[in-house]
Amino acid sequence: MGGHTHEALRISGATKTYAAHSGVVHALQDVDMIVEAGEFISVVGPSGCGKTTLLWSIAGLHQLSGGRIHLGEDEIKQPHPSIGMMFQEANLLPWRTIEQNISLPSELRRIRPDRDRVEALLERVGLGGFGEKMPRELSGGMQQRASIVRALASNPDVLLMDEPFGALDAFTRDEMNKLVEEIWLEARKTVILITHSIAEAVFLSDKVYVMSARPGRISRVVDVPFERPRPLELMETREFFDLVNDIKSDIKHQVPPAGRTTSAR
Amino acid sequence: MTDMTHNSDLPTGGSGLASATGIVSGMGGQGAREIIAILAVAVLVIGGGEFLLRFFDVPQFILPAPSTIAAVFASPEITTISQHYGYTLFELFAGYAIGASIGLVLAAVITQFPFVEKVITPYILLLVTTPMLALVPLLILNFGFGYTPRVIAVALASGPMVMVNAATGFRRVDAGKIALARSYGASTLQIFTKIRIPMAMPMVIVGLMIGAIFGMITAVGAEMSGGGFGIGSRLTTYSSTLRMPEFFACILILAVTGIAIYAFFFWLGKKLAGWES
Ligand SMILES: Nc1ncnc2c1ncn2[C@@H]1O[C@H](COP(=O)(O)OP(=O)(O)O)[C@@H](O)[C@H]1O
Ligand SMILES: [Mg+2]
Repeated sequence: MGGHTHEALRISGATKTYAAHSGVVHALQDVDMIVEAGEFISVVGPSGCGKTTLLWSIAGLHQLSGGRIHLGEDEIKQPHPSIGMMFQEANLLPWRTIEQNISLPSELRRIRPDRDRVEALLERVGLGGFGEKMPRELSGGMQQRASIVRALASNPDVLLMDEPFGALDAFTRDEMNKLVEEIWLEARKTVILITHSIAEAVFLSDKVYVMSARPGRISRVVDVPFERPRPLELMETREFFDLVNDIKSDIKHQVPPAGRTTSAR
Repeated sequence: MTDMTHNSDLPTGGSGLASATGIVSGMGGQGAREIIAILAVAVLVIGGGEFLLRFFDVPQFILPAPSTIAAVFASPEITTISQHYGYTLFELFAGYAIGASIGLVLAAVITQFPFVEKVITPYILLLVTTPMLALVPLLILNFGFGYTPRVIAVALASGPMVMVNAATGFRRVDAGKIALARSYGASTLQIFTKIRIPMAMPMVIVGLMIGAIFGMITAVGAEMSGGGFGIGSRLTTYSSTLRMPEFFACILILAVTGIAIYAFFFWLGKKLAGWES
């Protein structure tokens, strides 16, 4: 990899606590992270360890209790125009056509959508000619591809993805992962992917951040050595398998706290 | 990349929410076959009624034959009836416009403030369950025999109906969709116009339809309580003078009005909230 020495995102001492019935939840505690421009990183960890909380903080969707997040010179206090977010499940608005869904971001920001770019992106993800369709006329995988186009349409520098393919079947998922890698290789966005599939994280990322729960913190950072572009067959190799298992056992050996919560989707 | 479009994954269908417009699910989309069947039933009922009433020589003041009712529409009396129908429509439109707009605004506003909503809801339910017709004599005492008590009664009958249904719609918050809009820098107003209102639309339309039908029932009922004008007052006059063909002509007009209201909102629902059914 190399070549990217330019720092895009700096997270320092990020801490977030929630007040819950059962007391205070330390969703994030002193999380530090430096993500370089054009880097693809993943965050994995047991459910409830604070992954979504971390991503929402980077997206400026809520305030940290402590610490800072910087995108270049800007401190993130609210949603930043250079950050695009993809949510769990496609999250398309069912009352809008695919085209109208994709133009929602520019509509909300009161800027003119880049039609050529949208057209090219739709074509790129295999949705050429589907612009007039309603979301429910599309399969889950196609909806998720439309949501990739929505996130990329405004050409953000940073793309955040919160378990985007969790609801898809295994085949569609592999296909989406391949597509994401290809698009990333073409456009070199800075990407932060949250996933509960460690194989997905290893396949796609330059670095995998492993989080542990209560308090939510980074317990390990794994550099992924595989060459790019990575063929899907990589997932069947010994080296890949070993790395995935290594990370898996790391997560398993975290002592699960009593009454561990299930994933807040 | 055309191979990306192959169907390894199946269509996921709708939003997963039960169709809020399901209340009208028996209506609409009738094909030629159903329409022919519906017409056949009408012919059967009207023709059969005509035959039976004539065959058994049922007196007109008990039940007039369909042909006698139809004849009213060609008689001079129809001028009077349509004039009174006009008064009724005016009351309905005026009262409904007031009631429905207050109901809609209230629903949109109070659902944003859970505390206010909890405090106000019991009172709205009280309004929903109180038959507004019972209040008409009181309203007449206060406002006389003109339009005012009727318009108020219609507003009181339709407003709360619109409100409770619309509030159900506005309560349908989807945190994911709101987060989506916020991540693109949406303002509170934009979230309202681009997310909350479309989400609420199916239930809003159901509320508007139920409110309009309750409004019509209330307008006619109020007219029967006095004042001497409107279709309701015609019903009272015709029945007390045993002019049954005219009486049933009025009933027919009201039934058609009800169906028209229903059809209008059905069409509106298809247009504005068709994504959900
Ligand atoms: N709005 C909230 N209020 C209270 N607790 C929350 C809230 N959001 C998340 N949490 C808690 O914070 C912890 C981290 O949640 P989350 O970031 O969603 O984890 P993950 O995405 O890794 O599954 C969990 O224990 C969760 O229950
Ligand atoms: Mg999560």
